[in-house]
Amino acid sequence: MTEEITQAPHHIQLSEESLVKQTTTLNLGPTHPATHGIFQNILEIDGERVLSSKQELGYIHRAFEKIAERRSYYQVTPLTDRLNYCSAPINNIGWHLTVEKLIGIKTPKRVDYLRVIIMELARIADHLVCNSVIGVDTGALTGFTYVFQLREKIYDIWEEVCGSRLTTNIGRFGGFERNFSQTAWDRLDALLKEFPKAIKEFEDLLVRNRIFMDRCQGAGPLTAEMALNYSVTGPNLRAAGIDYDVRVAQPYSSYEDFTFNIPIGTTGDVYDRFMVRQGEIWESLSIIQQAMDKLKDLDPSVYHADIPGYYLPEKQEVYTKMEALIYHFKIVMGEIDIPKGEVYHAIEGGNGEVGYYVISDGGRSPYRVHFRRPCFIYYQVFPEIIKNGLLSDAVVTLSSLNVIAGELDA
Amino acid sequence: MNYDNIKELLTAKFGEQIQYDLQHDLLNITLPAEMNLKVIQFLYDDEVLRFRFLTDITAVHLPERAGEELNVVYHLHSLENNIRLRLKVYVPIEKPDVFTLTSLYPGANWMERETYDFFGVNFVGHPNLKRILNADEMDYFPLRKEYTLEDPQRTDKDDEMFGR
Repeated sequence: MTEEITQAPHHIQLSEESLVKQTTTLNLGPTHPATHGIFQNILEIDGERVLSSKQELGYIHRAFEKIAERRSYYQVTPLTDRLNYCSAPINNIGWHLTVEKLIGIKTPKRVDYLRVIIMELARIADHLVCNSVIGVDTGALTGFTYVFQLREKIYDIWEEVCGSRLTTNIGRFGGFERNFSQTAWDRLDALLKEFPKAIKEFEDLLVRNRIFMDRCQGAGPLTAEMALNYSVTGPNLRAAGIDYDVRVAQPYSSYEDFTFNIPIGTTGDVYDRFMVRQGEIWESLSIIQQAMDKLKDLDPSVYHADIPGYYLPEKQEVYTKMEALIYHFKIVMGEIDIPKGEVYHAIEGGNGEVGYYVISDGGRSPYRVHFRRPCFIYYQVFPEIIKNGLLSDAVVTLSSLNVIAGELDA
Repeated sequence: MNYDNIKELLTAKFGEQIQYDLQHDLLNITLPAEMNLKVIQFLYDDEVLRFRFLTDITAVHLPERAGEELNVVYHLHSLENNIRLRLKVYVPIEKPDVFTLTSLYPGANWMERETYDFFGVNFVGHPNLKRILNADEMDYFPLRKEYTLEDPQRTDKDDEMFGR
């Protein structure tokens, strides 16, 4: 792509080669501070303007769908951790809900509410990371460091509930592996007290900040029509003005019992995506509070469904009862047979509709598993919305789409 | 709007070539492979149905079904009516040709590339049917069932104890 400039103004002394207009090829990635993950964007830029771009992915493809075909259903849960690792519990619980649908398990209300608490914490963690990274990419590192302290508090709760922090493997089919401890409840109470003030402070840093607004408003605009054409879901779709949220459209885990708003945007630019995520954090806090209130009326000892054969029996029963011993052995060895069937279950993940398509042929492991990863699908729209924009806009647009490499590549 | 209406409309338009069954509250529609674009176009264009959101495209390899080994699965969603549909077409593994949906849903582009990458389904008319997650120089389609995860030479692990 070269174009001759025939004549330079005579008073400017330019070298010969600078008179040929050239575009530059720039690699953002595979490892680059702007990608926040391992994937590649090959941009064709003219000065500061992006003319076209090409995406390369698959750098951390781990063949989860293939691996899942040889694993028992329990062993697929840790694979789902590693899809969107910023909100692993949502993926875990989504997988459990899918298998429960296949088996036909009805979970108690208390389990549903506990799951809602964990999933909304994950949503907050996911959105906090994404929004603070938009701050980093616009030159404000302070918010990021504040927010990571907050995320730490959420991780502390997960750690208390399931024993791990990032790749959580939280819960089991039918409920949780153990009841929430008093420490977990105390931490949750402290979080609900502290978060509104801290998040307000974070918003004060950015929302009406002139530099931040100038960098974000109008950058990477995604129209509603384009978002639907490209199957965009989640906060990115809602920022474009479409109020589709799986929690409301097809409620799971008793989301129908809660009252909450779906924040939507109008222009679908970076600023709208930021504001939608920020709005969802407030809604999530409200949902957690509602769940805590609802839990007060329920039997506090229930934390899993009564499904012998699928849920590990109590340890003391394993030592004394025949059936419990058999079930324990079968479950630990992954020898439980899941009924034949074919199921698609969608949940609202941090980035959009996370779908699990499972075909069971009645054996110990799935015949076929397909993960609908929202990132993978909506990342296609990225070259369209950065075209003819500035390179610096492309960088903030990329972080505002919240593309997580683990989810992109599966 | 419910599944019975959809069945009626489709039967009135396309006759008896389409089969239906309900799996866990989701309607499965099985079509002849060459009709996929026609039927989906109809579902897309119909002013009441408005299936204008493509949720997912994937495939399943069924080696025991001779002549129709590859099953391409579409999940469609009508956001206005809040109804989901699953459409299935079966194609032979020697000639796995189906029409692309990229003209209707631009988002089908990468989903179809992924399906091609793992199963080798040839989406006729696709603008850029290349591998997407795997390396370009790969010469096989890894999610097909003939590629086992375990080393087939091993004899110490038998399937009865360790599953597939």
